[in-house]
Amino acid sequence: MSVRHVLTAFLAGALIVGTARPSLAQETKVLRVVPQSDLKILDPIWTTAFVTRNHGYAIYDTLFGVDAEGKVRPQMVDEYSSSTDHMKWSFTLREGLYFHDGKPVTSADVIQSLKRWGERDSLGQRLFAAMENIQAKTDATFEITLKQPFGLVLEALSKPASVPPFIMPRSVAETPSDQQISSYIGSGPFIFKTDEYRPGERVVYVKNPKYLPRREPASGTAGGKAVKVDRMEWVILTDAQTQTNAITNGEVDLIEWVPADQYTALKSNPKIDFANLVPKGSFALHLNHIVPPFDNPKVAQAALMAVNQEALMRAQMVHKELYNTNASIYPTGSTYNSDKTSFFTGKPQIEKAKELLKEAGYRNEPVVLLYPANFAVLNKFTPVMGALLKQVGFNVDMQSMDWPTLVSRRAMKNLPTQGGWNAFITGWNLPDNINPLFYAPITGNGEKGWFGWATDEQLENLKAKFLVADTQEERQALADSIQQRVYDAGILAPLGEYKQITAIRKDVVGGIVTSPVGVFWGITKN
Amino acid sequence: MADEISLSPDIAVEQLAPSRRRSLFRRVIANWSVSLGGGVLCMLVLTTMIAPWLGTIDPTAIDPSSGNLLPGTRGDFNNLSGEVISNHWFLMGTDSLGRDIWSRALYGARVSITVGIAVALLALVLGMFVGLTAGYFRRIDSVAMRLMDGVMAIPGILFAVSLVALFGGTLVTVIVAIAVPEIPRVARLVRSVVLSIREEPYVEAAIALDTPTWKILLRHILPNAIAPLIIQGTYVCASAILVEAILSFLGVGLPAEMATWGNIMAEGRSQFNQYPHNVLFPGVFLALTVLSVNVMGDGLRDTLDPKFNKRGN
Amino acid sequence: MLMFLGRRIIATIPVLLVVALIVFMMTRFAPGDPATAIVGDDASAANLHRVRSNLGLNDSLPIQFGRWGWQLLQGSLGESFFLKKQVSELIGQRIEPTLALTCLTLIMTIMIAVPLGIIAAWRHGGWLDRMLMGFSALGFSVPAFVIGYMLIWLFALRWQLFPVQGYSRISDGLGPWLSHLVLPATTLSIIYVALIARVTRAAVAEAMTEDYIRTARAKGISETRVLVRHALANAAIPIVTVIGIGVALLIGGVVVTESVFAIPGLGSLTVDAVLSRDFPLIQGITLFFSVVYVVVNLLVDISYLVLDPRIRY
Repeated sequence: MSVRHVLTAFLAGALIVGTARPSLAQETKVLRVVPQSDLKILDPIWTTAFVTRNHGYAIYDTLFGVDAEGKVRPQMVDEYSSSTDHMKWSFTLREGLYFHDGKPVTSADVIQSLKRWGERDSLGQRLFAAMENIQAKTDATFEITLKQPFGLVLEALSKPASVPPFIMPRSVAETPSDQQISSYIGSGPFIFKTDEYRPGERVVYVKNPKYLPRREPASGTAGGKAVKVDRMEWVILTDAQTQTNAITNGEVDLIEWVPADQYTALKSNPKIDFANLVPKGSFALHLNHIVPPFDNPKVAQAALMAVNQEALMRAQMVHKELYNTNASIYPTGSTYNSDKTSFFTGKPQIEKAKELLKEAGYRNEPVVLLYPANFAVLNKFTPVMGALLKQVGFNVDMQSMDWPTLVSRRAMKNLPTQGGWNAFITGWNLPDNINPLFYAPITGNGEKGWFGWATDEQLENLKAKFLVADTQEERQALADSIQQRVYDAGILAPLGEYKQITAIRKDVVGGIVTSPVGVFWGITKN
Repeated sequence: MADEISLSPDIAVEQLAPSRRRSLFRRVIANWSVSLGGGVLCMLVLTTMIAPWLGTIDPTAIDPSSGNLLPGTRGDFNNLSGEVISNHWFLMGTDSLGRDIWSRALYGARVSITVGIAVALLALVLGMFVGLTAGYFRRIDSVAMRLMDGVMAIPGILFAVSLVALFGGTLVTVIVAIAVPEIPRVARLVRSVVLSIREEPYVEAAIALDTPTWKILLRHILPNAIAPLIIQGTYVCASAILVEAILSFLGVGLPAEMATWGNIMAEGRSQFNQYPHNVLFPGVFLALTVLSVNVMGDGLRDTLDPKFNKRGN
Repeated sequence: MLMFLGRRIIATIPVLLVVALIVFMMTRFAPGDPATAIVGDDASAANLHRVRSNLGLNDSLPIQFGRWGWQLLQGSLGESFFLKKQVSELIGQRIEPTLALTCLTLIMTIMIAVPLGIIAAWRHGGWLDRMLMGFSALGFSVPAFVIGYMLIWLFALRWQLFPVQGYSRISDGLGPWLSHLVLPATTLSIIYVALIARVTRAAVAEAMTEDYIRTARAKGISETRVLVRHALANAAIPIVTVIGIGVALLIGGVVVTESVFAIPGLGSLTVDAVLSRDFPLIQGITLFFSVVYVVVNLLVDISYLVLDPRIRY
């Protein structure tokens, strides 16, 4: 009765509102992307999460980029030079660089951004340790003076591997590096729309009309970053089935990372094409070395021996054409890939591992294995790894959580029973492990290092030697030693390599730029 | 039944002569809802108990090379070191990690039924305690009932989901988390029985005779509450089995390696379009179980207490 | 009337207090330190202490509760740990889809369930009655997500009648808004229809046995008028009561349905909050839903005045 009247009024109101406002969607070109996971952390220096790194490449710019052949190319920098002994470097920024609030990009912004990056990133830490000082000469030029030789200056400034040295406004970069930034102004080809950001639902970017792309064609993270759409929306869909349904229906245009179990369905779908957004990547099992039981390297080795690469990759990637095993920590076909892998073979050595555990005195301490239960591109590994570890005799405690929570939890240094962790699995892109200094997780400097915080002086020494090595032979030998040391210290275990599948709507989306990370400039939409 | 009880306080229950009790039992069984629902349930319990002999393998055994097999396939099942363990008929197919759905569904019945019964018992016992004390002791009544109202105001699923999220996904936590939101309804039920019986003359007589309170509660009041409690218990059991499946589906239920119907469906949801067997088979088991419990509850209600519907339900 | 209103509103206060207490204690007694969750990487002792005092975690429990309660009364539900936004802001952002879904479900349910229940009661014992009872038992037994997936498979994928997932805001057009909501609303309403139809049938059937029905028929009033004007009107109170209580069911169902159909409403916000152990968000949403439940039942109570002129408060 009166309820009915209220309902009628509501319906009438909805009708009026619905028909009165015209839809804005037809007038602007919107690219709808399903990102690999929800974007919860917006500070790409504070976290190494890939989705945040992609966000970083959208709204920030970098001094140098890496092209499709892996060569370093200037991006924000116009000209640069170094002294003959490579101890003094000079850089000039190109013209036309402005932040999204209209202020010009100056050396002061660059220097402060690099400093903040240098506190968080392991290669950055080394660079700054080798640096005498870094100074602004003018608003557009700055100089780096080294006190020790450092062979990877340009590689460091261009590195696409987490974390890249994004350039932020000075005030934002003054945020202490152990806190997250709260302002998202950059100088990149997209502008982040803070007011339209709905965590868990969508992230909105618009084209930066004032961005001046370089004249060269886009290649990797280098070249001209010309945005060909007006608006980019990241539609957060966590369910793989939902993602597939959405792209089939045209509700989204691109799925960044299609989980393998949707591969056959999408392959046979006439409306969908596959694109090469990023080249092959790899997966690895990471152990925590500051809490028991993996603080004992023998116990860690036993865990590495439990790895069955074929079973793990088969479970996650399903189709033979999408994966391969690889016992080296470097990618197959890359310079440093070798078979000098100490005891690690990638095949399960259950009996040996059992003996090793007994020898090491393992007292059934729980092994907390973090399980990103609903992250379709990673979630098949964990149950298999858990079963393998159990076979060896570990007391496994698989704890389910979503991916952003895992990323926060792996930062905890407490005991696993108090919110810490013992092991987790994650994926890496090609550039991330192409040489031992880029590979973020192989650190031996304890709590200053990557999650897992292993302390291994030998490893750090080998890496320092690699940095100053002169010949390729030296570097090769050091890379091998580093690889063996990683296994002997039980730091991590590679699980295999995979092809990342990106799905796009056929005949609608084009212009994909293949790059070591996911970049979205250059993409066209009909 | 109420009019059979005599004025003698201490033998109120014994008044129900054995012959009467037997015919009540027969009447309950004769009701087709009870026999149908109960029958299906018994079959399910039996099947899950003899599961190891029904062509099943270890429900937690993983074999990625046998992943996503269609129902009815025959194939080799390997262990994680690559050795063949057995040649197996995958009656209901396998999930993406190669686990046999038939085995998982059968063993999953154990968990679901255990959870259902445990939740029902817990809710009944605690609710009965609260209801008895609230109904009998006026001073406790208002406080207890406000507390119950508060618990009822929090939607059951939200409550269960929050409790499991905060305290972890162990069997005990899940049982407690599902049981707690069910307590208020049980308490109200018992309380209303208590309130109606409390005013009866024989109870007053018993009080006058200085009968200890616990004897009054136990001998006079409780017997009248048994029937509604049993009926409510079956509904709670059915609801609990469903809620456990929902919790697992959302990712906040029992640990993911445990074979429960909810977990099987949660794991299979991402491939529903291609391999619907992951969701459909456990779904049928679930629906069948819950349906038979509900049907049995309906039948029990019709025979034991036709006035049930009106009483605080 | 105003007195009644005032009294009823005051009566909700202790209930809300209990809810607040339960929600507060749930999160405070859960294992795990929220401070470490916020601080993350640089968990030095000094940092932890700073964050803890900012959150007020170093004070005694009653003081913490008092502070939280005061904050609540000022309208602030706290700030989400991970999303760094006010809980009330997040709820405001996500409420439209949930509101749309629940309203549509409610309308659909009432339009279907009430007539169905009346007809079943009218033809009491007939085939329609039995079918309805069977269907409603089924509706209770199959979990919402299974129903949802089946509907998606048939109507969205096979026959391509509706979009598979997602939500379209009203401001983007009424057509897309409706077509995105049809399948989710149908999924939800199946359970609700089962409940309401059942109760309607029982209440109307009971009303039909009353003497005044016989009188009305004897007076020659048409069967329709008898059903609606007399039977239904008198059955209205139990029906509306169950609609009110069923809101709790609805809220639980919303959480699952939004998960299946990827609708960015409060239900999926809850799931996100729970999966990321975001305590303030969990607290805030639970509180919000409980208040909604209490308010709805208050409205139900008030509607009694309209539905039953005999009721004087």
